[in-house]
Amino acid sequence: MKIGVVTFPGSLDDVDARRAAEVGGHEAVALWHGDEDLRGVDAVVLPGGFSYGDYLRCGAISRFSPVMTPVIEAAQKGMPLLGICNGFQILCESHLLPGALIRNDHRKFVCVDQRLRIERVDTPWTSAYEQDQEITVVLKNGEGGYIADEATLDMLEGEGRVVARYLGRNPNGSLRDIAGVSNERGNIVGLMPHPEHAIEALTGPGTDGLGFFTSLVEAVLA
Amino acid sequence: MARVVVDVMPKPEILDPQGKAVLGALPRLGFTGVREVRQGKRFEIEIDGEVTDELLAQVDKMAETLLSNPVIEDYEVHVEEHTVAEIAHEAGR
Repeated sequence: MKIGVVTFPGSLDDVDARRAAEVGGHEAVALWHGDEDLRGVDAVVLPGGFSYGDYLRCGAISRFSPVMTPVIEAAQKGMPLLGICNGFQILCESHLLPGALIRNDHRKFVCVDQRLRIERVDTPWTSAYEQDQEITVVLKNGEGGYIADEATLDMLEGEGRVVARYLGRNPNGSLRDIAGVSNERGNIVGLMPHPEHAIEALTGPGTDGLGFFTSLVEAVLA
Repeated sequence: MARVVVDVMPKPEILDPQGKAVLGALPRLGFTGVREVRQGKRFEIEIDGEVTDELLAQVDKMAETLLSNPVIEDYEVHVEEHTVAEIAHEAGR
């Protein structure tokens, strides 16, 4: 499959995300924030970083980049869309996912190998995992506290839309230890931790993150 | 030219870590009795035309779509009497 990875001014993890897509068996296509079409890709990753310098609010300016018009349109029709870290912030700012991400409650940047539990495995990004599988990937953020009102949190839990939850000590103040959520259909996933940094033993805490990039094939073949 | 100010504040129920950091620093500087600090943003917008309901509706739309995130923030729109250029001119005299 062709996976597009958008580079915004200030993106940091776009190259790792493209590499992860390739290691996952796909063709990675570099997309630019100024692009007005998606160059025929089958799925899109919005990578981590500090797009537009995090000016105004994280993801607030990126949401109105030219490329986001076709991304939002395609995702609403069912195209798989994964937002990692800053990408998750962009998805919340775009209202494709509910809630928001605010500054870590302890006010420090966090950079750790983080244990997670994958709680939704019927999405095109997580079908390679077992239900409730525990994985370790990198977590690095300054504004990673996931928040939403109680009714929204209850709705997400009730509909099984929490994709991943932090295990152990809550690293950033996210309500109900939520590390990632999805839309109802499951094609849009936002995740604060970085699976793209955990795909090769040499350069990460392991290869637990690779499933996010091999799931797409399984989802298509299923 | 109209000058309109938009104040954006984190909603009362939302944790404000930046405000908390400022609150923690004040007693160290000798300021006592400060109970709470909330940190927000102020946007000063200068826009062509007179202040009309239509213009204010436009600023309200700006505040809702870009300047604030309604999930975590509230905003208020105020009209200011003078533009920045007028204030600078007054100050220079």
